[in-house]
Amino acid sequence: MTQMDLQPAHGPKASSDADRPVIEMRDISITFGSVQALSEVSLRLRAGEVHALMGENGAGKSTLIKALTGVYSIDAGTVLVDGEQHEFSSPAASQAAGISTVYQEVNLLPNLTVAENMLLGREPRRFGGINVRAMNRRARATLESLGIDVDPTSELGEHPIAIQQLVAIARAVDVEARVLILDEPTSSLDTDEVAKLFEVMRRLRDQGVAIVFVSHFLDQVYEIADRMTILRNGRLVTERMVAETTQLELVKLMIGRELEVLERLDRKVSARTADESGVPVLRAVGVGRKGALEATDLDLYEGEVIGLAGLLGSGRTELARLLFGADSTDTGEVVIRSERRRLRSPRHAIDRKVAFSSEDRKAEGVIGDLTVADNMLLALQASRGWLRPIPQATRTKLVEQYLQALDIRPADPTALMRNLSGGNQQKVLLARWLITEPEVLILDEPTRGIDIGAKAQIQAKVAELSAQGMAVVFISAELEEVLRLSDRLVVMRDRRKIDERPNNDVTVGDVLEIIAGETREEEGPRA
Amino acid sequence: MSTATVPVDSLWDRVKGYSPPPRYLPVLATLGLLVGMFAIGGVRYEGFSDPQVLLSLLIDNAFLIVLAVGMTFVILTGGIDLSVGSVVALSTMIAAKTLELGWPPYLSMAAVLATGTLLGLLMGLLIHYFDIQPFIATLAGLFLARGLTFLISIESISISDPTFTKLAFKTVTFGDYYLRWTAIIALATVAIAAYVLARTRFGRTVYAIGGNESSAMLMGLRVAFTKVGVYVISGFCASLGGLLFSFYILSGNSLHAVGTELDAIAAVVIGGTLLTGGRGYVVGSLLGVMVLGMIKTLISFDGTLSSYWIRIITGALLLAFVIVQRFATRRSS
Repeated sequence: MTQMDLQPAHGPKASSDADRPVIEMRDISITFGSVQALSEVSLRLRAGEVHALMGENGAGKSTLIKALTGVYSIDAGTVLVDGEQHEFSSPAASQAAGISTVYQEVNLLPNLTVAENMLLGREPRRFGGINVRAMNRRARATLESLGIDVDPTSELGEHPIAIQQLVAIARAVDVEARVLILDEPTSSLDTDEVAKLFEVMRRLRDQGVAIVFVSHFLDQVYEIADRMTILRNGRLVTERMVAETTQLELVKLMIGRELEVLERLDRKVSARTADESGVPVLRAVGVGRKGALEATDLDLYEGEVIGLAGLLGSGRTELARLLFGADSTDTGEVVIRSERRRLRSPRHAIDRKVAFSSEDRKAEGVIGDLTVADNMLLALQASRGWLRPIPQATRTKLVEQYLQALDIRPADPTALMRNLSGGNQQKVLLARWLITEPEVLILDEPTRGIDIGAKAQIQAKVAELSAQGMAVVFISAELEEVLRLSDRLVVMRDRRKIDERPNNDVTVGDVLEIIAGETREEEGPRA
Repeated sequence: MSTATVPVDSLWDRVKGYSPPPRYLPVLATLGLLVGMFAIGGVRYEGFSDPQVLLSLLIDNAFLIVLAVGMTFVILTGGIDLSVGSVVALSTMIAAKTLELGWPPYLSMAAVLATGTLLGLLMGLLIHYFDIQPFIATLAGLFLARGLTFLISIESISISDPTFTKLAFKTVTFGDYYLRWTAIIALATVAIAAYVLARTRFGRTVYAIGGNESSAMLMGLRVAFTKVGVYVISGFCASLGGLLFSFYILSGNSLHAVGTELDAIAAVVIGGTLLTGGRGYVVGSLLGVMVLGMIKTLISFDGTLSSYWIRIITGALLLAFVIVQRFATRRSS
């Protein structure tokens, strides 16, 4: 195995392929305001091939797709269709060139029939009215050619999501797509349903369609894809044949630092060992949810930080949400301080002193039009009940205390939340939960997208809190951060826990190997 | 129409194929209710089982049927139109006033229809392009139309134009039974609306918007045109209903049809159309109007119950249907 072949190569790898790509995107750059979303990225799609687009969150996959489908306009670079230059100014223009997209959420209409969902907008007509018979016939023919056994006259909503997903593909195919883009098509499907989807994909590939496949599931990529393009931070890393790249290499390419550099990072894991003799503060027994997480066990002890590592979509956020009761569990139960009671809502969890800071701070945390003080006191007020206002003196004291403790800037309680930087917003959210004095704190990506200084302050605060006895579940896409903070490490992959170990000299490389599904022994002695 | 893709159907499969698809169930429930009420009336009251009772229901409620048709389009997209009752009053008033001024009757009718359609267009544009909630936009329409009616005349104006009276009393007889022209127009409206909803791209787009507006947009359907269009249709239907009402009542009055928009909404809901949109049939709305009319007829035949009971039973039925819908949608989602 070549370990050193990790130098990011900008620009496509020289290819010996004689066949000309159906679509070639050359040196595409896109900026949003001052943010460079894509920088000289190239993508080549060949007929009859499944091409996986790989990269972590924010790597630029969806931006690239939206550039191809005409949703975003391109600042620099060219798009060639059959070697001729095209400009896609709108989704319609892209569709006219034979590019069809199926988005992650099924964008169809559950209250109409399967045939209507496939053909609405270009249904066969007779005397100004829709020719239902001809429409059903055409839909049936298309479905049969894809091997999808669905009655076109049935209502779409009667079918499971997987079938709806296939119908969405059938709609895309009916326009005689030459390029089919599937953005996370498997994220809500179970194993059998994925197999069915892959069957259809292979059939289309064999008919000469170029398929772009975006997925966070590495196994699925390895099962279906022929070639892949890897992006990181809006730049092209490389284009590879899937068969010639190991999963470990792929993960390294996606996360993108050289192993040696990673391993030399000084780590500050304390020798603290949590008291595991007592009763766990929080205990998950066989907790699972269909389509989100397989049954998982987890014990969390007082004064302990558990780090959840795994790629996006591995189930780390899903587990956190189940622990907090934000989503309901299908199997298993969450026990808090030996109280056997199923968590039915976040309210239950809050009442039992569990706090959860969501990864999506924009949608699920920050209330931009309220002041910093109001945002901070929200959770405390909610747990007290709205009929018992917090006395003004207490409010002022608490807010001042946390403005200082977390070094929030501006240190002005009356500032509007939306005017704060991302890092400071995140600190306010942290303060919001700390004010409620939780015993268990679940932090999902608390440091995403914030600057180094704020990051360090949050990390320091988490370490301090756990030293004081708080139990913390810490989730981050940055493995270094997880390793630095956690006492115990839980590795997630493909919606299940694949490994749990004390954080004794675990390196980023080790974690990558676990995620990539390879054992350490195969890797040989580490540097 | 074939029922399955597998060529070898067992007998049982074919029998199952005859069971109505679940989407028709609400309409069938309303039909069952209507038949049941008619049967109860027939058993309990002398002369109730006369088919003319049903035909009279159509005649008396012709205008409400037309209003309910327009309302069905709107509700199918997930919207609501509160203005229709006021538009009925405005229509009677415009007809009465223009006739009083000596306009030719057909010009007067055209003026009525144009006014209602224009009002609908205005509300539709407001709702779609200014993103105003249908409830608010049409509430404004309700006040505007009612106010305009008062502006034209505070006093009631009677209609004595021979064309209007002739149309009002013109009947079509089937043996011993008869229907007035107004009822024929109402039934024709239902038939046209049913065709448009089931068989045209516009009609299917109405359902698509009710199912999921952003999906409909992503599928490249003409969402803006359709969304404005349903309010235009509702406005047109309201003014047509107003014309039929003026044939029926032969006067223009600013206090006509107060609260009728709520009757129309009730009829649509009892007819099985989902208030959240995307599901329902115009035939159901026709049946809904018939059920509302049947309640009145039953109570007037009974003679001992006070007319308050009409409202109470209507309310109870409405509640029952909404609860049934709630369960139906929860199961499907």
